[in-house]
Amino acid sequence: MRAAVVTFPGSNCDRDLVVAMEACFGKPVVRVWHADHELPPVDLVGLPGGFSWGDYLRCGAIAARAPIMAAIRRHAERGGYLLGICNGFQILTEAGLLPGALVRNAGLRFVCRPLRLAVANRNSAFTSAYGEGPVTIPVAHHDGNYVIDREGLARLEGEGRIAFRYLDNPNGSVADIAGVLDARGRILGMMPHPERAVDPRLGSEDGKPLFASLLAAIGG
Amino acid sequence: MTLAITDELLARHKLSRAEYADILRILGREPNLVELGIFSVMWSEHCSYKSSKIHLKKFPTTAPWVVCGPGENAGVVDIGDGLVAVFKMESHNHPSFIEPYQGAATGVGGILRDVFTMGARPVALLDALRFGDPKAPRMRHLVSGVVAGIGGYGNCVGVPTVGGECTFHPAYDGNILVNVMCVGIARADRVFYARAAGVGNPVVYIGAKTGRDGIHGATMASAEFSEADTSLRPTVQVGDPFTEKLLIEACLELMETGAIVAIQDMGAAGLTSSSFEMAARGGTGIELDLDAVPLREAGMTAYEIMLSESQERMLLVAAAGREEEAFRICRKWGLDAAVVGRVTDTGRMVIRHKGEIVADLPVAPVSGASPVYDRPVAPLPRPVPLVAEAIRAPLDPPQALLRLLSSPDLSSKRWIFEQYDWLVGCDTVVPPGLGAAVVRVHGTKKALALTTDCTPRYCAADPRVGGMQAVAEAWRNLVAVGARPLAITDCLNFGNPERPPIMAQLVAAIEGMAEACRALDFPVVSGNVSLYNETDGRAILPTPQVGGLGLIEDVDRLVRLDAARAGDRLVLVGECTGWLGASLFLREILGREEGAPPPVDLALERRNGEFVARQIARGAVRACQDLSDGGLAVGAAELCLASGVGGSLAPPFASSEACGWWFGEDQGRYLLAVPPDRLGELLAAAAAEGVLAREVGSLGGDALTLGGHPPISLEAMRQAREGWFAAWMNETSGAEG
Repeated sequence: MRAAVVTFPGSNCDRDLVVAMEACFGKPVVRVWHADHELPPVDLVGLPGGFSWGDYLRCGAIAARAPIMAAIRRHAERGGYLLGICNGFQILTEAGLLPGALVRNAGLRFVCRPLRLAVANRNSAFTSAYGEGPVTIPVAHHDGNYVIDREGLARLEGEGRIAFRYLDNPNGSVADIAGVLDARGRILGMMPHPERAVDPRLGSEDGKPLFASLLAAIGG
Repeated sequence: MTLAITDELLARHKLSRAEYADILRILGREPNLVELGIFSVMWSEHCSYKSSKIHLKKFPTTAPWVVCGPGENAGVVDIGDGLVAVFKMESHNHPSFIEPYQGAATGVGGILRDVFTMGARPVALLDALRFGDPKAPRMRHLVSGVVAGIGGYGNCVGVPTVGGECTFHPAYDGNILVNVMCVGIARADRVFYARAAGVGNPVVYIGAKTGRDGIHGATMASAEFSEADTSLRPTVQVGDPFTEKLLIEACLELMETGAIVAIQDMGAAGLTSSSFEMAARGGTGIELDLDAVPLREAGMTAYEIMLSESQERMLLVAAAGREEEAFRICRKWGLDAAVVGRVTDTGRMVIRHKGEIVADLPVAPVSGASPVYDRPVAPLPRPVPLVAEAIRAPLDPPQALLRLLSSPDLSSKRWIFEQYDWLVGCDTVVPPGLGAAVVRVHGTKKALALTTDCTPRYCAADPRVGGMQAVAEAWRNLVAVGARPLAITDCLNFGNPERPPIMAQLVAAIEGMAEACRALDFPVVSGNVSLYNETDGRAILPTPQVGGLGLIEDVDRLVRLDAARAGDRLVLVGECTGWLGASLFLREILGREEGAPPPVDLALERRNGEFVARQIARGAVRACQDLSDGGLAVGAAELCLASGVGGSLAPPFASSEACGWWFGEDQGRYLLAVPPDRLGELLAAAAAEGVLAREVGSLGGDALTLGGHPPISLEAMRQAREGWFAAWMNETSGAEG
């Protein structure tokens, strides 16, 4: 497992994701700067949460056009793994690497709370280590309301590409979608923060199986 | 430039004729307009503390663990392992009333800069908010705007907002309080001070461009309000938390290089106060070239550039020859940077603009010789103690408890804190809503316990006791999670100090606080004074807000309010006289605001607290609740709700009167949940140490029973506590604007 985490101007969960990955993978994680043009040789790239470019224009829109994104696109085309969390998910949809879009929460307010999720697909590279039953992972976002057209939704449902669903939908997302996979199952975007759920002192360890799944899929 | 110094011009600069006479004496000539503007902001109440200075000296400010007390950008305390905690609280009251979102947001931005200016990475924010009557016009708008502003800024910069307070009283109808506290962590050998040194060193400006916003904000913050003042909106600054995030990262990276000699944020009074303060502390002078200042708009005058309060700007002194390192890091983060001056040894601030000297002022008198006033005080009214007979109301304790839990002050503030990212950083081990917040010191076993406290109704009844109580409650809150209280920051919010009754409140509150700080070894290391909190002659309740910081050596040994279990015994530590004067019960249930506040016996406070701390350290306490608003019944209800377990409390002891037993607010008290097998030794230890500790009940079931009264289900209590805020916010607003 060789992993990297990208920092954009305004990223603020980059350190947290590095800490969680290093704890779960048992290996150092490389940090990559948004203005770089090349990725180091890695199996997994994490796009962290935060407010890249201050959420100006649209959340993730400017970061999706950062120099590093061309290399990330090539990484994805080669079949490399990509994990976008919160703002990282927004960047992935803005970059067209995942379908749909994330718009303002239905309640119009930022929401930060631990939430119960159903693991809707337990066969993916990101979720294979999850057991049955709900998991608790916190969210913290203002624009996490997932929208997609009817055909796109039917495709996601039909192909088993909905990874997580909210059991108590906090933002109005269609079909309670909290996280989606790309067609090959190598890219996951999710609004909840698994990196905030790997330490029992923070209230939940339900993020750990996500990283354990990746470790199993990619290998030590 | 000749300037006609009229009374009207001085009034606009909020300078008195006597102060103007001082200016003439200092300069030996008449000032020009730029210079007058500089004196105006530097000698404003906000920057000069001219009404409070002689009284602030009464605070104890030292202890073996205090690295830096008041006078710098923030206070610094040693937390071991070569690390220090850097913290301060500041008000942004007036701007938040005028424009709640930006007012509160820029309050957060300002206090963050005070902390990272010193080389510390900000790790936590807290907010103490005081609003008016929930039914007052604009109040929902103010609350939702302030909360959104705090969240909008703090969430974006990625600093968790972990705690605070929010209470309501009609005295704040026309003047809400927004007090923001920030805590950061730095290496002890990397604390930066704002002392311009090294003649010839370049003065570098970094961050956002300077615009016309916020000119005379410091002066505005030093004046009373009138209803017409909402037209002051153009003087409220607009925040850009994205730039702030870049500034944090750029400044911390710059500090790592060793290329920085001194650094100061441009807060109130902008370029003026930052340059004067750095030169004054360094005993040097500065030459400034305003043509080099990055500007947002063309045609700005020297007066406007010097007085602008545009946000997200820093001024630093670099080591000569190492400017390029600063520029490289600023370029990396996409920030403007420019050399705007040099350090000199003249002791003068010489400011050039368009080839002319537009100001030439001696630094020390402008910065240090601001007027100091010993303002007259009126005798304080002596609070009339409540007569016990006067409160023998027909009482149904369960009903009273539910009403208290659903009162605006005690209702859950979930509606607020869920709009804050309280978890970013992954170190918030005790989240908001459970007493003092606890944030881990990243990468260590240690943690900081953080709280904000003040009970304005006590301060209104007796400012001296109220000041003592605010400090004691902060201390108690920290003890209750297993922390060793280290120090406080404060924010002294009062009315117009030129009115002797208000000045008397300020002086008494400071003296009460100082006495408590001394008795509890809990010094003041930073703070802020906010005066003139009045609208149309009506002052707020005196609100000496305290922000407390404590250290937990081992995060795995902290005590959480939600950790109690069925079977645990409830132990009440402390005296119970049934004190109902100035209590929340009296106000919310009987509709009366009267009586003296509960006395604060500091020796007893300390003895009880140290006993509880030892019991926590020995592992004899599963959960700990310090008792405050609403007394024993509310404390027990909050403990039960947090832990998700019911309980039963013994009926009042023979000597106690029922209202006072359940809802009295005697100080220095804790309610402990103790595992049954530890009860005997705990009570024996208390007896041996002369601490009053009594078993008053136990935990179990799914309802709380108060003596012989019918049980109150956890669900009913939860609904009472959780319901009010969201319901209030969702009410159709009717005629309200």
